[in-house]
Amino acid sequence: MDSIVIDLSRLQFALTALYHFLFVPLTIGLSVLLLIMESIYVMTGRPIWRTTTRFWGTLFGINFVLGVATGITMEFQFGMNWSYYSHYVGDIFGAPLAIEGLMAFFLEATFVGLMFFGWGKLSKGGHLFSTAMVALGTNLSALWILVANGWMQNPVGAAFNPDTMRMEVVDFEAVLFNPVAQAKFVHTVSAGYVIASLFVLGVSSFYLLKGRWQGVAKRSFVVAAAFGLAASLSAVVLGDESGYALTDNQKMKLAALEAMWRTEPAPAGLTAFGIPSVADRKTHFEVKIPFVLGLIATRSVNKPVEGIFELVAVAQDRIESGVQAYDALQAVKANPKDPVARGRFELHSRDLGYGLLLKRYVADPRQASPAQISRAAWDTVPNVPVMFWLFRVMAGVGFAMIALFAGAFVLATRRNFDVRWFLWIAVLAMPLPWIATESGWALSEIGRQPWAVEGVLPTFLGASSLSVAQLLTTIVVFTLFYGALAVVEVGLILRTIKKGPFAEQDLFGPHTDSVAEPARASL
Amino acid sequence: MVLPIDYPTLRVIWWGLLGVLLIGFALTDGFDMGVAALLPFVARTEDERRATINTIGATWEGNQVWFILGGGAIFAAWPFVYAVSFSGFYLAMFVVLAAMILRPVGFKYRSKRPNPLWRAFWDWALFTGGFVPVLVFGVAVGNVLQGAPFRLDGDLRSTYTGSFLGLFTPFTLISGLLSVSMLVLHGACWLGVKAERGPIVDRARRFGSIAGLASLVLFAVGGLIVAKGHLGFRLEGVIDPAGPSNPMRALTVSAPGAWLDNYGRYPVMLLAPTLGFVGAVVALLGLWRRSEPLALAGSSTSTAGVIATVGLSMFPFILPSSIDPGSSLTVWNASSSQLTLFVMLIATAIFLPIILLYTAWVYRVLWGRTSTAALRTNPDLY
Repeated sequence: MDSIVIDLSRLQFALTALYHFLFVPLTIGLSVLLLIMESIYVMTGRPIWRTTTRFWGTLFGINFVLGVATGITMEFQFGMNWSYYSHYVGDIFGAPLAIEGLMAFFLEATFVGLMFFGWGKLSKGGHLFSTAMVALGTNLSALWILVANGWMQNPVGAAFNPDTMRMEVVDFEAVLFNPVAQAKFVHTVSAGYVIASLFVLGVSSFYLLKGRWQGVAKRSFVVAAAFGLAASLSAVVLGDESGYALTDNQKMKLAALEAMWRTEPAPAGLTAFGIPSVADRKTHFEVKIPFVLGLIATRSVNKPVEGIFELVAVAQDRIESGVQAYDALQAVKANPKDPVARGRFELHSRDLGYGLLLKRYVADPRQASPAQISRAAWDTVPNVPVMFWLFRVMAGVGFAMIALFAGAFVLATRRNFDVRWFLWIAVLAMPLPWIATESGWALSEIGRQPWAVEGVLPTFLGASSLSVAQLLTTIVVFTLFYGALAVVEVGLILRTIKKGPFAEQDLFGPHTDSVAEPARASL
Repeated sequence: MVLPIDYPTLRVIWWGLLGVLLIGFALTDGFDMGVAALLPFVARTEDERRATINTIGATWEGNQVWFILGGGAIFAAWPFVYAVSFSGFYLAMFVVLAAMILRPVGFKYRSKRPNPLWRAFWDWALFTGGFVPVLVFGVAVGNVLQGAPFRLDGDLRSTYTGSFLGLFTPFTLISGLLSVSMLVLHGACWLGVKAERGPIVDRARRFGSIAGLASLVLFAVGGLIVAKGHLGFRLEGVIDPAGPSNPMRALTVSAPGAWLDNYGRYPVMLLAPTLGFVGAVVALLGLWRRSEPLALAGSSTSTAGVIATVGLSMFPFILPSSIDPGSSLTVWNASSSQLTLFVMLIATAIFLPIILLYTAWVYRVLWGRTSTAALRTNPDLY
């Protein structure tokens, strides 16, 4: 297939997914913060908490719709742009997406209407229940999409069926309880909590700096500081490296983001700094912290962390075995009842995907030369410098977030909301967690290359048979369209922040239970 | 592992569930889209427009999930259909997505600024988000009935040879217009039960009557073309309903009139087109006699009947290929594995009733007509 079609398909997916992923983490985190704030309102009965909840709810709503809108694209893009992928792994990959709809999307989307429109129609408890269902739904949707993504990273519980020419489920439980998916879920959801906490903390700090709406701002600051500290600790400590020891590709991902070219004796050291060079296949000016990587990656002191050269050698063996699988598969296709060919296929079917890597260089992998096999083996190494730096950006922001929220937590417990330099830092740091989550997405998906599904289907085989003109049309229109929506979205969010938590009183007169801002009221 | 339900039964159940999902989508999100398509015509003042939007403001989001779930369920149960149709109808699908993206933002953003130009812009965005997808869905169904120009190679990779403009033929346009008139009727009936009695409901009655009559005519003309035109496919040779999902192992022939075969074999299936007609007539009667719940029941019945008619006419075909007899997708050759169908059936059996339960509860909480007076006192309304 035309390599431009592949590249454009990847570009479009990356653009639409990264854009979607700007809004979703904030939705996930804010839904939980809203639940916390509204719970305090229901427990204390203080109107200021109602005002606080409603204010953040308004911002939640503006952000939520764009997450929903861009999610529509994601649900259909696999079929539109990754048609062969959809056929090849739909038997496994489609199920979590459908369950996500059944279990999560319906819940959040149905109750979000009540959350916005039910204030006057429900009891306090009834409304809190609606908010809780929205939070539950958004978080469950993260679970299911990461079960799907986790399977792409670690395709457990499935096998290739030569009769249908695709992967099919053999063990559903394994797909569901995929350790990679679980690690990703905790890590991604925590990152969403961090984004939302800093969003609330930053806006509250801005109000405190300007001396406006202090009652709402202080309360929001306290909630965000506590929740953000827990979330940032969870996001960093429970990073998804825990799954990196599991499979060849996951090991490769770890080696790449550490730019670790050769296996080191256990426990391996963590590269704090260095300049990885792809041409030399080594990392210059390395500064290493001993033992740390081994502890993180293997949770042990005696297991080695494998290097890129060693993993490429493994890949080369698997490619050679994959050629056997491909050869046997052709025999099965010619005669589905041939037991000898089927037996030979079963023996090598685990490596079929590796054989398919050769299709980048030859139409028939059986004709591949040793040089082509070696090139294909080196294709299993993702872009090392990009991985190396993305990881450091993401992890660096992670540690900065822990420090920031620890500071905010100390200030909050001392009821000290006047440290202006800290408040400014909280405002200016607001974009950072977004940079970290987008880096994290890129790290995860670039690190998976050259695979769409690790060891099973190379990315370049997964795309639809589309024309360059079709792809350019959709990429250009999506970019313009999404760009315009981003401008509108940011404009509306700033406008809402500027109007503040009591904006509706300007329109509708004083609300009975939020008459004046009770600045002296305690928690 | 031996599963308690055999493969052919599971396939037929999932074919039925596909219909349930499509009908669920058309019945719930259908009136949202119908109302949005009617918005510029039934509402003349800003208050009327806000009142119209707020008849669906709190519930459209949940309704839209039927569309998303439809995508996910086709992916899970009919991966071939998901892969072939969405990549084949690529630009049409893109138009649908772009139009549907306008809806969530249109609902939410419109009320955020009082500027009349701003609001007029989002009014037309909402109209587009309602009208365009409904038209394209109808055109797509027409194309499915005609057969789509795609072929599968030995690795079961699909190649589509048609073009975007090629999707529009007289028959598919009739199908598209039927879809529009059917859901505009449905939207008008929804406004009848949900909007405050007055100018909005009166105008909705008028537009709904026209749409209802158009539905009857277009459904009849479409049926006539299916009966007398060159549409229809048949399967040839031995069919194994429990066989592996591999379309290459069956042969299809083009057979004009074959879409009526099932009705000859199972006359009870004639119930579906009958409901399509009778429902529309009931809806019209309801509109004329100002009996709004009757009208809504009629438009719902009609919509369900029309969609069921398409599915039953084509069974066991889901997406026939018009250019390659070895590529047509059917109930027997395009499904997921037996295990996936079974697990997904369990998941659906657990969650679908729960969804229907809480959706019903939410509609009950929000019960009642949206009044214009509430626009001034309730800060939550759009």
